[in-house]
Amino acid sequence: MHVPVLKQGDYLIASVQSVLSDADLLELRDDLAERVGRFRSRGVIIDVTVLDVIDSFATRTLRAVAHMLKLRGAETVIVGIQPDVAFAMVQLGLTLEGVGTALDLEEGLAYLNRVTKKTLQHGK
Amino acid sequence: MENNELRVAIGSAADIVTARQRGRALAMEMGFDGSDLTLIATAISEVARNIVIHAKQGIILLGPVNHGSRRGIQIVARDEGPGIKDVAKAMQYGYSTKSGLGVGLPGAKWLMDEFDIASSVGKGTVVTMKKWLH
Ligand SMILES: Nc1ncnc2c1ncn2[C@@H]1O[C@H](COP(=O)(O)OP(=O)(O)O)[C@@H](O)[C@H]1O
Ligand SMILES: [Mg+2]
Repeated sequence: MHVPVLKQGDYLIASVQSVLSDADLLELRDDLAERVGRFRSRGVIIDVTVLDVIDSFATRTLRAVAHMLKLRGAETVIVGIQPDVAFAMVQLGLTLEGVGTALDLEEGLAYLNRVTKKTLQHGK
Repeated sequence: MENNELRVAIGSAADIVTARQRGRALAMEMGFDGSDLTLIATAISEVARNIVIHAKQGIILLGPVNHGSRRGIQIVARDEGPGIKDVAKAMQYGYSTKSGLGVGLPGAKWLMDEFDIASSVGKGTVVTMKKWLH
């Protein structure tokens, strides 16, 4: 299922709507990379609240999305990982190393405000 | 396994989603709770994905299983793909012959209560996993 992406100021918000197929994940990656360039976005929130499984492929793809967006000049934060899903990821030994995570949208925005400000200061 | 098992043909990435949804639904019917449902669905996702990536096609069989007084769910992932040359190596965390994370097989073993893999080169691979109700 296609993932809608909203633009909010300097940020993009992608809200995953249902179970994601591999093709959806790859489409989301390409879609975000293109929009970050078009809108000069400084941060991206990927909301995965509705995902009932994050397996090793999804983890690898989310990491790859974050790293690619970083090269395009944007920070990524994944929000809404459910407790059961987080538990399964820990059991699998999976981490989102190098990718920001936050509890929900609000915390995700706070996270982006923090890290994008930091990057700006470093850039001076 | 009893003969009231579900078969899910695996031939594309979309089938992975079908397999884990069927598995979750069956496990829920059997009385597994929320966090076990997610562990079972995640393990199914890993072995189903291995079929798509490493063997192209195969099947997932889902069904209830009994052992003495214990009841549980059994998941069998079977394919007639290339097989695995060194199963011990394939079970190592981080080992992948493609560009995967190499987490699927060892991870699925950690997620489930029982895990067995039989593979022969040129013939295919069978992964059998169980989780018991407690
Ligand atoms: N069904 C299968 N058929 C053939 N080879 C397999 C199969 N499942 C796993 N393998 C082999 O075992 C290795 C480890 O599998 P896994 O732990 O799931 O890691 P990954 O899938 O990320 O490579 C794979 O790289 C592959 O070589
Ligand atoms: Mg795998």
